[in-house]
Order: sequence, then structure tokens, then C-alpha cells
Amino acid sequence: MTPLGALFYLFAALGLGAAVLTATRRNPVHAVCCAVAVFLSVGAMLAVLGAPLPGVLTVVVYAGAIMVLFLFVIMLLGLPAGDGALPPGRFLVPATLAAATLVALFALIGADPTAKTVLPAAMAGPAAVGTILFDKYWLAVEAVSILLFAALAAVMLLGRGKTGRKIAAAGGRAA
Amino acid sequence: MIVPLSHVLAAAALLFAIGGVMAAARRSILLILIGVEFMLAAAGLAFAGAGLAWNNLDGQAAVIIIMGLASAEAGLGLALLVHGRRGGGTDRADSYHRLGEES
Repeated sequence: MTPLGALFYLFAALGLGAAVLTATRRNPVHAVCCAVAVFLSVGAMLAVLGAPLPGVLTVVVYAGAIMVLFLFVIMLLGLPAGDGALPPGRFLVPATLAAATLVALFALIGADPTAKTVLPAAMAGPAAVGTILFDKYWLAVEAVSILLFAALAAVMLLGRGKTGRKIAAAGGRAA
Repeated sequence: MIVPLSHVLAAAALLFAIGGVMAAARRSILLILIGVEFMLAAAGLAFAGAGLAWNNLDGQAAVIIIMGLASAEAGLGLALLVHGRRGGGTDRADSYHRLGEES
């Protein structure tokens, strides 16, 4: 096994273990901290797979911005915090469905001849990725920018103070 | 030579399944959102591995586009949670069942 391969398996094991911990923690702050570990591992796996720009962006955007936003919201709202792990009974039905999905996915992956190709060690610089992103996929980039703008407008509408109070009262009782 | 593509896809499938279980089993909206984030991150991982196998950069471009999607989803989901909570609601997904009702 090459050093890069060993790194990949190490980060995959770390990430999947942290993901299981995230799914079972009762305390939301602990869950978010484990999720940060998952995203750091995913970023490292992307970097090992020759994608340093998406890897760095995963660390900055997912582990940095999004997870800190989650922590902010937890502390802002003062959500009730439990302790320890969830009862395993709650995971019974979803885990059964997930196991069935995984069996199907593994069968598909095993049946595909291209899945057996051993990946070469390669690296794409940020300039090359940026060029293809804004050249071939400019329409998708514009669509994502419109989506982000729409999300921003919706968040501002929801987060408005005085004028939004009436709506908030109605929505609050509905919740 | 790093790893076979099947191992990358298997890791992505496992992360996707864990995210799906989390989104289905947890009751707090916050943790459901984290589960969805896991599923999107797993899709990005599969894209990056496939891009390396086919030796082109389209997979990496897709990862960045997925990241934009995930940010929009997290921001809007958290804003909805804060909005509902400010009006006296909870973070339990089960209690959000009267959204369209006049009150």
C-alpha cells in the first residue's frame, strides 16, 4: 500500500467513526464537534484524491463556516441538551433501510468493471479547476449564485425583527 | 496508484448511509440538517473519486457546486429553525405540522 493509500484509509476510518458518533450523540454540541471531525476527514480525503481546492474549500466552508453557524444557533437558542448516546432502538428501522441500500450499492459497485481501476496519484491545481468551472460550467455557477441569493433573501425575510413579528407570532404558534 | 475506485465509492456510500440514518432517526431539526450535509459531502467525495478515475476535472467542479448548494440549504434551514423557535416553537421536527394552518 502506498503512503497516499494508507492516508486515504486512515481518514476514511476517522471520518466514518466520527459520523457514527455524530449520529448517536444526544448533546447537539458534541454532535456538531464530531461533525467537524467528519468534514476535516472528508477534506483530507479530497486532498488525497488529487483535489486540493475542493479539499481546502471543504475545510473552510463546511468545517469552518457551516459548523460554526450550527454551533451559533445551538447557543443562541439554548436547546435542551441530553447526555450520552441515543437508545439503539430508535435506529432500528432507518438502519435496516440503510443496510438494504448499502447492499444494493455495494452490489452495483462490485458489478461495475470501471470500479476496479486503481486510481493514479494526480493533482489538479486550483487554476485548472477554476478555468473549467467558469468555462464549461458557467451556467451551473450562475444557478448556484441565484440559489444563494434566493436563500439570502429568504433568510433576511425570516430574520426580520419588528415587521416580521406578526408572521413570527403566527408561525410560532404553528410550530 | 492510491486506492481502487470501488473503495472510494464504498466510503462515500457508507457516509451517505450514515447521513441518511441520521436524517431519518434524529428528531432535532439541527441534527437532521447535519445528516443532509453528510449526504451531500458523500456525494462530493464520490464525484472527486470518479473525476480522478476518468482523469478529468468535471468531478472537482461538481464538488464545488455541491458545496454552494449545501451552504444555501444549511443557511435557510437554520433560519427557519431560528424563526420557529423565536415564536415559541421547539426544534423537534414532529411539532412542525401546522405550517399552513390559520391561527
